[in-house]
Amino acid sequence: MPRINSPSELEEIRKEIQAKRDPNKPCIAMCAGTGCLALGARKVIESFKEEVKRQGLEGKVDVRENGCPGFCERGTVVVIYPEGICYLGVKSEDAAEVVLSIQEKKVIERLLYVNPSTGEKATYEQEIPFYRNQIRHLIGNNTRIDPRNIDDYLALGGYGALAKALFQRTADEVLEEVKKANLRGRGGGGFPTGKKWETCRNALEKPKYVIVNCDEGDPGAFMDRALTEGNPHSVLEGFIIGAYAIGSHEGYVYIRNEYPLAVENLGIAIEQAEEYGFLGKNILGSGFDFTVRVGRGGGAFVCGESTALMASLEGKVGEPRAKYIHTAEKGLWDKPTNLNNVETWANVPLIINKGADWFGAIGTEGSKGTKIFSLVGKVNNTGLVEVPMGITLRDIIYKIGGGIRGNKKFKAVQTGGPSGGVIPEQFLDAPIDFDELTKLGSMMGSGGMIVMDEDNCMVDIAKYFLSFLEEESCGKCVPCREGVKRMEEILSRISEGRGKEGDIQQLERLATAIAEGALCALGKTAPNPVLTTIKYFREEYEAHIKEKRCPAGVCKELINYFVIDEKCPGCGICVKNCPQGSITFMGKKNPVVLDQSKCTKCGTCFDVCKLGAIEVR
Amino acid sequence: MGEAIESILDKYRRDSSQLVSMLQDIQAVHYWLPKEALIEVSEGLDIPLSRVYSVATFFKAFSLVPKGRHQVTICMGTACHVRGSPRILNRVRQLLDIEPGETTSDLKFSLDTVNCLGCCALGPIMVVDGEYNGCVGVGDVPKILESCD
Repeated sequence: MPRINSPSELEEIRKEIQAKRDPNKPCIAMCAGTGCLALGARKVIESFKEEVKRQGLEGKVDVRENGCPGFCERGTVVVIYPEGICYLGVKSEDAAEVVLSIQEKKVIERLLYVNPSTGEKATYEQEIPFYRNQIRHLIGNNTRIDPRNIDDYLALGGYGALAKALFQRTADEVLEEVKKANLRGRGGGGFPTGKKWETCRNALEKPKYVIVNCDEGDPGAFMDRALTEGNPHSVLEGFIIGAYAIGSHEGYVYIRNEYPLAVENLGIAIEQAEEYGFLGKNILGSGFDFTVRVGRGGGAFVCGESTALMASLEGKVGEPRAKYIHTAEKGLWDKPTNLNNVETWANVPLIINKGADWFGAIGTEGSKGTKIFSLVGKVNNTGLVEVPMGITLRDIIYKIGGGIRGNKKFKAVQTGGPSGGVIPEQFLDAPIDFDELTKLGSMMGSGGMIVMDEDNCMVDIAKYFLSFLEEESCGKCVPCREGVKRMEEILSRISEGRGKEGDIQQLERLATAIAEGALCALGKTAPNPVLTTIKYFREEYEAHIKEKRCPAGVCKELINYFVIDEKCPGCGICVKNCPQGSITFMGKKNPVVLDQSKCTKCGTCFDVCKLGAIEVR
Repeated sequence: MGEAIESILDKYRRDSSQLVSMLQDIQAVHYWLPKEALIEVSEGLDIPLSRVYSVATFFKAFSLVPKGRHQVTICMGTACHVRGSPRILNRVRQLLDIEPGETTSDLKFSLDTVNCLGCCALGPIMVVDGEYNGCVGVGDVPKILESCD
């Protein structure tokens, strides 16, 4: 592939690629994202490829491995083009039937989505409520692109925004457009992107650096993974446009090593972009130079913080520093540096292509555009959802997520990861944007949305986040290193039934001190999970402390497992699985007997019993 | 050890800012970071050994003790947590009789936890030798471990 040297050459090549493609040629688009791979997609894809060969359709039917379409719950997700027929939960065994159905132009009913409430089947993606209620500007193309093939991205108009920015706009105009769009940082803080760019652009020192923050350490969030894995060129295109606006010629992508597929696909994308002339010297013949290097993380949550990330990029220990001087002035190697999250960068080509007014029409007064959330936990349809800012939690959880699993009762939703908080039922109708979530004591964070039901204990959740943060605290500043540890100790005590009067007040005092005194955002926001759970679920804390009782039945020291005799048919599955041998078989049709003195409360019996005959109290 | 490490250092043009990536690559070869390797890195890059150690001990991904033939990793991310990953971890600890970060005495298994693998929709996740097992129940654990030889 020769380098592309001008916008007109780009358009010619785009036309060539499009001309070579027959829009009516059948294509089996199969999800090869980490989620579906975890469900065994690799084998499924291989059997589809073999089946296409076996039925003599090689060259007539394409099999495309694409990125994550979001509906991970129902993997392997397969979309048949050009019709757009969507099959869910596809297995290797289905290969022959699916490939044959393409020849016969039939639809396989049993692989379609069935609406659990109405029993209706949905043939196309857009008919499935999970997708229908989303606006998928960022991840929508994931099923149309093989992330390892830049031509797929070009066929859909890719790098058009870059050409527009470089040849039809000055750097200032690009900056103005992004400012006007009021794009806010998707990594968590929600800082106005244009303003950040401007500070860096106006900084006097040179060189200037730009960084993609793909250190998505927030447990329970994976939208950056899906974008980097599934549509890496969209991130790169935004990145190059940003570099042009800021006046930077050197960029870094800092990526989590826990995402091996994202690392791989991004590496391939960078190579291809270099080959085509979207990266490197004299991009598209514009005279603008920009190179990108990749830095891999080492599994430290704090490295998602900008200054810690930069230290890590310099090959040092990832400790943050105080930000009296902004990184936009002194960042990487003490030079002006602009860092944005993956999703923020991916929004930039959209803004340049369609304009700030188009972008500004989506969302709320203070938060524009769409946001990708990872809707996970105790909800029926888990996966990635992209929605306009301002949508209510209820719409996300019930309309898109299909409600709570197993007809359990909704209890709370946790947003913003370890820096965020829990939001209880009474706020389900609150519109979701940066400012509203902060008002509720939580935050947007990177967009993790963990739904919890009545079986989740709020003390346990607070303890979970605090022990996470205690482990991830880099140890540089005292409030975070010692304060978070003490809070975690108190929470552990409470969850073990050794809580005492005054513990809640002590937690609140510590929280205030840490929030005020910690050096970086990790520490400053660390108390949020504790404060919000106390605020909304105080009675649950009190039950643990005063009554030594865990109402949700989670805290191991405060619970016991029991056999409900009426429900137990004596099938013996729990007997077979109990690692302690604490359950005795009493003959068929007789309920089993559980010896409390031997029970280690591992929960195996509870998990394996499908009849609900094991109860936790 | 020497040549493999030299070529890794060369791959990054002996740029010490790429230390984390180099250590990742070395660990990918040996499954852990032997002392000799760290000394070689420090000499090869001409940076103090203390700096190599500070980075190697700071990041959770690095191990300074040998690893077993099979790497078991349990995701402890929030989504996996609310769906019961602590129970999965307990069962693995019980069966292998080791704690996270440790290796069984026969060097067969190493156990680690990770904060999030980004397969949150499919929790709990248990990874064995790079193979992801989604929606794992406590009862599945023995089967998964037995499949390793």
